[in-house]
Amino acid sequence: MSLPNEQIEYSRKDLSPKVRQIGLLLFALGLIIAVAAYLTEPIRASFMNLVLLMFLLSVGLGSLFFVALEYLAGAVWSTPYRRIIEIFAATLFVLPIVALPVYFNIHDLFHWTHLDGVSKDIALSSKSGYLNVPFFTVRIIAFFLVWILFYSLLTRNSRKQDAIKDQLLTKKNIKISAVFMPFFALTVTFSAIDWMMSLEPHWFSTIFGVYYFSGTVLAALSVATVAIILLNKNGYLVKGIISDHYYSLGALLFAFINFWAYIAFSQFLLIWYANLPEETFWFLSRWENGWMFFTIGLAFVHFLVPYFGLLSQPSKMNPNRLLFMSVWILVAHFYDLYWLIMPTFSKGEFVFGWMEIGFILLGFGILVLIFVVFSKNKNLVPVGDPKLKRGIDFRL
Amino acid sequence: MKDKILFGYTGLFDTPDSIINAAKKASEEGYKKFDINTPYPVHGMNKAMKLPPSKLGYASLVFGLSGTISALLFMYWTSVLDYPIVIGGKPFFALPAFVPIMFEVTVLSAAIATVLTMIIVYFKFPNISHPLHDTDYMRKVSSDKYGICIQADDELFDESKVQLFLKELNAQSIAPVYFDDEETENKPSAFDKKFIALLAVVAIIVSGSTYILLNKVVYSVPFNWMMNQNKISPQQSNAFFSDGFGMRNPVEETISRGNLPYQFKNKPEEAGLLLANPLAFTEENINLGRNKFDIYCSPCHGYFGNGDSRLRGQFPNPPSLHSEKVRNWKDGNIFHVITEGQNIMPSYSSQLTRQERWAVVLYIRALQRAQNAKESDIQ
Repeated sequence: MSLPNEQIEYSRKDLSPKVRQIGLLLFALGLIIAVAAYLTEPIRASFMNLVLLMFLLSVGLGSLFFVALEYLAGAVWSTPYRRIIEIFAATLFVLPIVALPVYFNIHDLFHWTHLDGVSKDIALSSKSGYLNVPFFTVRIIAFFLVWILFYSLLTRNSRKQDAIKDQLLTKKNIKISAVFMPFFALTVTFSAIDWMMSLEPHWFSTIFGVYYFSGTVLAALSVATVAIILLNKNGYLVKGIISDHYYSLGALLFAFINFWAYIAFSQFLLIWYANLPEETFWFLSRWENGWMFFTIGLAFVHFLVPYFGLLSQPSKMNPNRLLFMSVWILVAHFYDLYWLIMPTFSKGEFVFGWMEIGFILLGFGILVLIFVVFSKNKNLVPVGDPKLKRGIDFRL
Repeated sequence: MKDKILFGYTGLFDTPDSIINAAKKASEEGYKKFDINTPYPVHGMNKAMKLPPSKLGYASLVFGLSGTISALLFMYWTSVLDYPIVIGGKPFFALPAFVPIMFEVTVLSAAIATVLTMIIVYFKFPNISHPLHDTDYMRKVSSDKYGICIQADDELFDESKVQLFLKELNAQSIAPVYFDDEETENKPSAFDKKFIALLAVVAIIVSGSTYILLNKVVYSVPFNWMMNQNKISPQQSNAFFSDGFGMRNPVEETISRGNLPYQFKNKPEEAGLLLANPLAFTEENINLGRNKFDIYCSPCHGYFGNGDSRLRGQFPNPPSLHSEKVRNWKDGNIFHVITEGQNIMPSYSSQLTRQERWAVVLYIRALQRAQNAKESDIQ
């Protein structure tokens, strides 16, 4: 059943120890600042911890979505670097550790956990069938288990294929991906609702899950693009990844930049038009008391700059420019999550300081370390995949 | 028979790889005017033929952005300068509301202008039919062969050299292609009589059938012109009455059911003295009053009667309802103002029934009491 993948020029190389050092440095710096933040301002720190959690969830879950999407769509252009996306999907494993501090501070974050407040509030008490601590706990554990289950199924088959080169494993993974997709749609929506929308339990937006989904895909894609460009430059990947591949990654980033803007604007426009006080307060708390410039900045950082940065063909084909834009988008996703979460913590004034920078460093450090740990003793290219040759030969 | 004019030399290949190779060789050789014909798009051909990236994108960008800007300026002109109307309490220059339209106009103008530009740039129609049409070569590259055609107007073109070049590439059925005399001699004109006649016939058929379909065949319920109904509209004349007016006054000495005339027209003092609130201070009546007050009164008077209008200064603010004067008014005086209007406040007798007006009076009393509570209320 094996396919002629003999022409493929790939030999496994161990990652340079520099990468691990950089990862450890970022992680250690971030961790020290985070701990210091918890000691000085625990509530603010747990809000930032929530931002970090959602950021890592975006990368992990988005990557898993991408792996499944490649199988389902039968895409070949992304096969040569699918393993890298699989490795980043392992971010899902650190989520419980990152979520624990948030979970222990749940009373500081989520108003609906205060039963005395809920009982006096008709809106909240009628929502309490969904928003209550036991059900919340069950949900986050169940979601986590679902993700780990599908992660293990998909990546195990993919890795097995490296050794035995069995085409049927691809078919199996296609089926697993098809089952995963509805679970993905539900879990990403309800994760966004549980962790972020319920910060303001009176507020509701039916598009919120899609909004978070668009950011999820962007985060996963930009992390993968950064890793692919850097690894390919230093010869860790299979020979033959060229500007046509970069172009496709860039085009998808560009598409989802537009998708995000479309969704974000749809959410804003309806609320702005209807002008109902139970909906507008959410945007007002992101507009008043110094948050206005941060909100206007979101449109620039998350849409206009990457839009024009990725608009032309050369900007997607040139690895250096694409690398810059990918890092930009990754930071923009952090910006977006900060905008979603932090105004709930500080309605009175805009906040940004050393604590926030620490959590950003921590997030990037975790991503680098995850790549270092999960890429150990692994092929960085799915050498047994029947689509690999076609993926390398992919031309626009 | 006179000499035919040579268009170019063609050669056929069996595989996509060999045609890519041929395209590479031809461009390396320095040929510029050659074309590749394949049954389906072959990836990597642009590079092999050394085709520069299309400049069409710049046209799209320019036309798209000019669409965005002209949509914005047009909406600014219509809704801010020429005919400002308050819509939904939004400012005249309501940018979020403009964005979807700007987006649509961008897409529309970019798409249409790009297609038009492409047609203008690429189709400079020297002939009605391309010389390659209806040749064996074209028949083959439309089914299973991959063909190259090196044109005679290329600077490097030399019949024997091109033949040799194609032979070296192992091309099959190398053959010259000539211009068709009939085609080259009959240049098409956009103002050809036959063409104009055809356009006219097509236009008449399309518009005529559309008209018949919409107005005669599909003349169904949603299309039955709801404006034209068999009744008298306001201001319409009617021949039935001798004076010709469609709108009638009530018959003298009668009143319509439920429509008691108001006895205190232009007599506010008497209304204050003689009228008493028939409604009791019950929760039901207060709720009715609040409901109506919030709908009809609060836009100008504010939710609590403080005179804090929500109309952004587009209508003068009324004085507070908590003034000494209004608090000392009798219920009948307030009722009178609601019924008759006062200064620039219009009458609300057509919006509010008598009972509702009295309920509003009750609610205003409740508001006044809430802000100027007596000592005894606290106990």
